[in-house]
Amino acid sequence: MNRPGLLTACAAMLRRDLTLAWRRRGDIAMPVLYALIVTMLFPFALGPEDTLLQRIAGGVVLVTVLLAMLLALDAMFSSDIEDGSLEQLVLAPQPLALMLGMKILAHWLTTALPLIVIAPLLAGMLHLPGAVIPVLLLALLLATPLLSLLGAVLVALTAGTRRSGMLLALMLLPLCVPAVIFAAGAVAAAQQGLPWLAPIAWLGAALVLAVVLAPLACAAALRIALDA
Amino acid sequence: MTAANTAVPLLEARALSFQRQDEPVFAPLDFRLHAGELALIEGDNGSGKTTLMRILAGLLHVSDGELRWRGEPLQRDRCAGEILFLGHQLGLKADLSPRENLHMAAGLNGSREGMSAAAVLTEIGLGGYEDEPVRRLSAGQKKRAALARLLLLPATLWLLDEPFANLDRIGIALVNQLLEMHTARGGAAMVTSHGAVSFHGGEPQRIRMHD
Repeated sequence: MNRPGLLTACAAMLRRDLTLAWRRRGDIAMPVLYALIVTMLFPFALGPEDTLLQRIAGGVVLVTVLLAMLLALDAMFSSDIEDGSLEQLVLAPQPLALMLGMKILAHWLTTALPLIVIAPLLAGMLHLPGAVIPVLLLALLLATPLLSLLGAVLVALTAGTRRSGMLLALMLLPLCVPAVIFAAGAVAAAQQGLPWLAPIAWLGAALVLAVVLAPLACAAALRIALDA
Repeated sequence: MTAANTAVPLLEARALSFQRQDEPVFAPLDFRLHAGELALIEGDNGSGKTTLMRILAGLLHVSDGELRWRGEPLQRDRCAGEILFLGHQLGLKADLSPRENLHMAAGLNGSREGMSAAAVLTEIGLGGYEDEPVRRLSAGQKKRAALARLLLLPATLWLLDEPFANLDRIGIALVNQLLEMHTARGGAAMVTSHGAVSFHGGEPQRIRMHD
């Protein structure tokens, strides 16, 4: 009898979730399509004035990407609860928090990463100056995992309840306000030629905190959900 | 089995009871399960068989009484990986094949010496269906895909909630054979079911659930 190491278990978990996501490629495309459509509609609604679009570009892209992520958040643990995979995960000898961390990572890779990849395109459609795009990407790289982690905790907390989508959105919106403020602040500062490192550093600090604490909170919340 | 009875039991319940919203789900239970023994949990629908299984697996917490694992109070990290629970929800991913599902289970729990997913699936009667998505399998085949974990994972105590449901006659014989093999090599199992168990390795212990 040989117990697998943590790395093997993490790899198995990550591979399973990525395979599952790949088998349902249509679901990955949904948030990307949503973000594309929303950003494309702004110039139509506001008129194609360069100065106006440039001023709102950073904020629009950030908010669109974060909202697009909300679309897929709900499904993070629901299928695992329905088919009993979560029970097997809880009973496995590996630390549950770490395994859930892998699930969150897989979720971020499949929902947020495609959005970050198309973010330069979205920003370009709104005439965001090319020099600002790296700052926007950096802000997104920090803000999206933060949202995934915070979202995962809330998904875990509402796991036992039916139709938790509405409740989830209500609870998550106040939590993502700081992320939006700092991310948009960095982009706006970069656009005006001001130093933009401070808000990025704040995002980074929040992300570090969330990486450590969110999986633990998720594990506790899901254990309680199963214990009911 | 007198020699076994003097040894430290694998799992022991002392006045175990469970309350849901202050309503007792079952009356206090006492039992001892030694290595190499099989226990049948009997009771009517709603008598708390599944609840008992979930408590023993560590998914629900004990309300009153005590559970001991190898003589010491049962704690999750002490018996992690030694208990294999198979409930009504099979824990299979519908979009993955039986082989991929097994790989995942083995990745978390490890596997028995000299056992491979392919060999286990053939033995359980899923040869030729290894790479078919579980979604397309019949209810009985899904059950077999979940039962394959019993063969592959290195667990000591099996907690099987209705393992015979949806199985055909060959499948039922197969589960009985698995139980026999497991108890013969020093494992223990608890099974809830209505009949269908024909155990040849001695008379199984019967735990009767009352409301």
